[in-house]
Amino acid sequence: MNNALPFEDLGEGRSLVAVTFQGQDLRLPEGANLAAALLAAGITTFRHTAESGAPRGPFCMMGACFDCLVEVDGISRQACMMEVSEGLNLNMPAVGER
Amino acid sequence: MARVDLAIIGAGPAGMAAAKMAADKGLSVCILDEQPRAGGQIYRDVDRVAPLRGDLLGKDYTEGRALTQGLGAPGITHLAGAVVWAIEEGPRLACTQVGKGALIDARHVLLATGALERPMPVPGWTLPGVMAAGAGQILLKQSGVLARRAVLVGAGPLLYLIAAQMVRAGTPPLAMVETQTRNDFTGALRHLGGALRGWRYLLNGLGLLNEIRRAGVVRHTGAHSIAITGAGRAEAVEFIAGGKAHSIACDTVFLHHGVVPNTQAARSVGVPHRWDAAQHCFVPELDGWGGTSVEYLHIAGDGAAIGGAKVAAIAGRLAALDIAARLGAIKTATRDSEAVPLRRALDGELAVRPFLDTAYPPLPEALSPADKTVICRCEEVTAGDIRGYARLGCIGPNQTKAFGRAGMGPCQGRYCGLSVTQILAEENRQSHDATGYYRIRPPLKPVTLGELAAMDDGAGAAE
Repeated sequence: MNNALPFEDLGEGRSLVAVTFQGQDLRLPEGANLAAALLAAGITTFRHTAESGAPRGPFCMMGACFDCLVEVDGISRQACMMEVSEGLNLNMPAVGER
Repeated sequence: MARVDLAIIGAGPAGMAAAKMAADKGLSVCILDEQPRAGGQIYRDVDRVAPLRGDLLGKDYTEGRALTQGLGAPGITHLAGAVVWAIEEGPRLACTQVGKGALIDARHVLLATGALERPMPVPGWTLPGVMAAGAGQILLKQSGVLARRAVLVGAGPLLYLIAAQMVRAGTPPLAMVETQTRNDFTGALRHLGGALRGWRYLLNGLGLLNEIRRAGVVRHTGAHSIAITGAGRAEAVEFIAGGKAHSIACDTVFLHHGVVPNTQAARSVGVPHRWDAAQHCFVPELDGWGGTSVEYLHIAGDGAAIGGAKVAAIAGRLAALDIAARLGAIKTATRDSEAVPLRRALDGELAVRPFLDTAYPPLPEALSPADKTVICRCEEVTAGDIRGYARLGCIGPNQTKAFGRAGMGPCQGRYCGLSVTQILAEENRQSHDATGYYRIRPPLKPVTLGELAAMDDGAGAAE
């Protein structure tokens, strides 16, 4: 456990699967909420805004704010509305995309 | 799927209670929800989570299982992970489920789309690490993920609940920065008589405050001039309280100054809304059963007016009774007699609201923020920008879209709409009602061409 990370995962005994975020290899709990799992893994900036390039991370966790957008197979999706699955290849949406 | 009698959008307390009541009266029901499992936000994922950490989350959460179990009744189809993006004449719902579009035909529609956090634009609220308090609760409920070094900022009972849950989990907040003032509390005392009828809520609140105090969590009250600072992420909360400037270093900030009805779906079909001064938000205009001016549409729960989970469940049952009567499944006399105990219960549950609404009002500086504060998170439009549009003749929120894209991002105004109305109303010296709100058009949520191409006109949607 890394106590320096902003978030702590109480753990639910889920098995870990391989996921990449911006090329970084992560092991995340399978079936967990993707935004929550990324936060627990220490990732707080999910994207940068198209307008000013400002960093953003999850804000509402209920599919309303669209601040937690990540790019999955070229499509921007809300991380808080997805579950972790084996082999997810995640990237920050390219700045300039809306 | 075949045409159902009643389509319900939202599987929170209002939607689930309505589904069970409607099915009991013989209606076929399809309940759609964006989440993979039923519960809404208040009972999020309760069936799976209650055995894992029900002790930490408390009885007010675990008792949601009574409602989720009701969805097992014959006649109810629960479409999980279904995002409704249009409500059309018919009525017909267009939704996306597992990457495929689908159409649901119904005789009647009930919106149970719940609440959103009231936008709380303070300097720095867009930084990573700043989240709605409800988001902190969702992380804890659904995922068992806790903020190690968090400060809770704002006002309202939800802040005490999340603080107490964090204490129980062994990760108490670093501090509570509460914005309600002594005057707010004094003003609320005139509602105390009514609130005592809702004594269970008050007792519950006092219990939470005790837990927070025993854990040694520092509470600042009457806080103002709040700003979140940090380079690229939240690093500190700055504020003034008790006449002194404070700065608390932290990683996470949970903001909350109340919740407001999520009116997007209702607005998209033209339901008229009016300003509710007591709750400082727009509410749909409804009859006593949740019926709207749109013949096929009812609304129940926090999406109708903020009352909390228990009120929402009762309102859902009342709406279901009226819908059953309208569709000829029960007699009007049956509807009326079954409604009597429900309305009595509703009065009891609502008794505490005027006290809470007055004791924990929204933070004035977040209703009418400083010029440099971002209002529209999606398009990064500031309060000063909106004021500038007003000086150029912008009289309503729809025009702000043309002036500077406010409300045109993917959240479609969910987290800026009320702020834009407030600022324009002040600048133009107009009422909130005269200022109005964004016109909401489908799609209510983004839909991809691929999902449209995979549109299923019915047969397989429920399978």
